[in-house]
Amino acid sequence: MKSAVIVFPGLNRDRDMIAALTQISGKAPATVWHQDAEIPDVDLIVIPGGFSYGDYLRCGAIAARSPIMDAVRAKAASGVNILGVCNGFQILIEAGLLPGALMRNMSLKFVCRDVKLEVVNADTAFTRGYAQGQVFRCPVAHHDGNYFADAETVARLEGEGRVAFSYAEGTNPNGSINDIAGIFNEQKNVLGLMPHPENLIEAAHGGDDGRALFSGLLGEAA
Amino acid sequence: MKARVTVTLKAGVLDPQGQAIEGSLKSLGLSGVSGVRQGKVFDLALNETDESAARASVTTMCEKLLANTVIENYTIEISD
Repeated sequence: MKSAVIVFPGLNRDRDMIAALTQISGKAPATVWHQDAEIPDVDLIVIPGGFSYGDYLRCGAIAARSPIMDAVRAKAASGVNILGVCNGFQILIEAGLLPGALMRNMSLKFVCRDVKLEVVNADTAFTRGYAQGQVFRCPVAHHDGNYFADAETVARLEGEGRVAFSYAEGTNPNGSINDIAGIFNEQKNVLGLMPHPENLIEAAHGGDDGRALFSGLLGEAA
Repeated sequence: MKARVTVTLKAGVLDPQGQAIEGSLKSLGLSGVSGVRQGKVFDLALNETDESAARASVTTMCEKLLANTVIENYTIEISD
């Protein structure tokens, strides 16, 4: 299974993501610069975390209007799996690929710590490595991860199984509505989440709770 | 022409920054404020000379980039 990582100026988690994808799938992902117009034929496209364009205007707002996002949109429409982590989630939302908004954390503080995530829908390509309702550890590191959507949108997300992960056991780090940590698009081939599963994939990280997300998508190298 | 775009949070959207500013005003002893909502102002210099055309193009800019209409409202003032 092949993957690609989209790189914007100002990202800083791209190398972590490339390392995780390489180690788990056994193949280095293609890296695609934001001003390119085409993405190679892959099974998974990842937009990693960081601070694209210095978070100017709104987090992810400028990156979401980059030339490459038309290609991401076309790949999403054709059914390719798209994963956005942290700033990548913010970019997918600003690009209109996922609903709602990610606002300043309720505490107004940058939060960098581990949280507990509950798998709300394990019946998708992204979450099939986990059991329904499973709670696992995952790091977060963000200033603007406070998910907000109007009541109608939240009800639709929850009713359609489009909440992938929620913050569990009182660990909501940012004030997200209904403890939402990650959501799918309608077709469930686009996932955005604030936590960083790529930073908890091996013993050297202190655990491998995040690994199942990638191995479920790409398989494990023999 | 010039345009001033004011972007504000919609009613009902939590504004923790506004709340922090309100708390800070109170801690300075500046009383009489019962609420603060913060927002953004953009001043645009436009090549357009027709007011209604300028308003139409700035509206497009607001919808496409300057405001996140999920959580924000915007107002536009056009001047010479």
